[in-house]
Amino acid sequence: MIALSDYLILGAILFSLSIAGIFLNRKNVIILLMCIELMLLAVNINFVAFSHFLGDSAGQVFVFFILTVAAAEAAIGLAILVVLFRNRRSINVDDLDALKG
Amino acid sequence: MQFEMSSLMPVLPEIFILSAACVVLVVDLFLKEERRVVSYGMAQISLLLAVLVTLFTATGERQILFDGSVVRDAMSDVLKIAVYLISAGAFLYAKDYLRDRDIFKGEFYVLGLFAVLGMMVMISANSFLTIYLGLELLALSLYALVAFNRDSVQGSEAAMKYFVLGALASGMLLYGISMVYGATGSIEFGAVSQALANSGVDKRVLVFGLVFVVIGMAFKFGAVPFHMWVPDVYHGAPTAVTLFIGSTPKIAAFALAMRMLVDGLGVLHADWQGMLVILAVLSMGVGNLVAIAQANIKRMLAYSTISHVGFILLGILAGTGKGYTAAMFYSIVYAAMALGGFGIVMLLSRKGFEAERLDDYKGLNERSPWFAGMMLLLMFSMAGVPPTVGFFAKMFVLEAVVSVDMTWLALVGVFFSIIGAFYYLRIVKLMYFDKPVDETPLSAGLDTQVVLSVNGLAMLVLGLFPAGLLSICAAAVG
Repeated sequence: MIALSDYLILGAILFSLSIAGIFLNRKNVIILLMCIELMLLAVNINFVAFSHFLGDSAGQVFVFFILTVAAAEAAIGLAILVVLFRNRRSINVDDLDALKG
Repeated sequence: MQFEMSSLMPVLPEIFILSAACVVLVVDLFLKEERRVVSYGMAQISLLLAVLVTLFTATGERQILFDGSVVRDAMSDVLKIAVYLISAGAFLYAKDYLRDRDIFKGEFYVLGLFAVLGMMVMISANSFLTIYLGLELLALSLYALVAFNRDSVQGSEAAMKYFVLGALASGMLLYGISMVYGATGSIEFGAVSQALANSGVDKRVLVFGLVFVVIGMAFKFGAVPFHMWVPDVYHGAPTAVTLFIGSTPKIAAFALAMRMLVDGLGVLHADWQGMLVILAVLSMGVGNLVAIAQANIKRMLAYSTISHVGFILLGILAGTGKGYTAAMFYSIVYAAMALGGFGIVMLLSRKGFEAERLDDYKGLNERSPWFAGMMLLLMFSMAGVPPTVGFFAKMFVLEAVVSVDMTWLALVGVFFSIIGAFYYLRIVKLMYFDKPVDETPLSAGLDTQVVLSVNGLAMLVLGLFPAGLLSICAAAVG
């Protein structure tokens, strides 16, 4: 039997990985978008695990909404990425330095 | 469960704005380029009608609807009306600016209306799910608006930064919410606060979740140390969009904090108070000090926003009705001040020229004494000089903080606002005592001039008679 804490540890590891990915990645904006997706999925694991062990369905409903919003968010993120690439011919994170001060 | 049509009445304002946004979206498809002003008119009319719809469906008592997902109370009505009016002002100032830059498109108003809808959902939220959906609707519209000028290198970079950091903030917030859900077994604020009041809740999990919730909220507010997106987004976005982002979302952020921290996690006040103290002190300090070093007025106003957010947080962390009233007053007044400040920036801009540098304000008094006077009132109000409303906003917040025996915090607030007065007064000095670099006469439509004048004078009038708005806020907080 897998305990609740196992799920939570998995969620926490995935969440930390995605945060580390956002801050350490200096190469590619697409990797940032992947990290953001991973972060939301880590949260989903938490919700589903809590929902199962509490015997309450609200958490699973929440997961459906998170998945939907994540899809919309990815659509907007990729659209911004396309605009960025058209303007700068690069999606390198290090090149995003026009705004400073 | 029986569904009753009458339960839709309290959410009629939301339904109305949603329908209006869809109608504008469709009608705009069939408009010729030169008739684009029709979309603008429809957006303005729907915002003004929404004021009436909100007033007519207001009952004044607290109603909880849809199994606890939505709440309609006096606070939500007041905040929503403030959001409509300030958004209408933002749309009006934006019109000439967008037209000069060939981005006068119906999508601006559609996205704007959806952002307003997102803020309304946040303001009326009574569960973590509703608040998350409202927040995302607002944020997704704003990401698209920042990249609205598709050919702008700065705009697309700002949009990308805003998107990544905004999504990171939502992720943090959600992680915190999942922990709170795990500890209390509910996502509805009423049930959460009831579960917290009963003993037997795992406090460690709860405080762990609370930290993430506060971090997510601080990102959305733009409080230090989670402020790095604010200056870049304000600078990179088209000024019309900066105006919109800088004004009404602060009201929504206040509602977010009130609903989540007070309605939902109010029992944990002792735990989140300390976190907000750190955020508030850092925001006031960093915001005011870094703003001095800015040569770009949009960046300067961005840092000024950060410092004002510190003050709003001061009111919330006091944790008393007086503090919440003061914070609500502050957030509404701040949104109006930001509206006017960026309105002047857009008034000075024209085709092919952005009045972004501080030097562009030199000698404004010689070019247009009236609007130099308006800018003077707005800057005095932001600095907190007595006859203007900004002074009372600051004073009420500080009073609330002193009344919960945190006098040292009030002193820190006063200290940093004195430092902050320097860069606001510098603008006044540039306008009145320097020779103009640029002699081009100001060209703005009559509607912009009238509303901008009303906006500027409102700072003075509200400052002379602050009791009216204050009593509305006090009644709304209850």
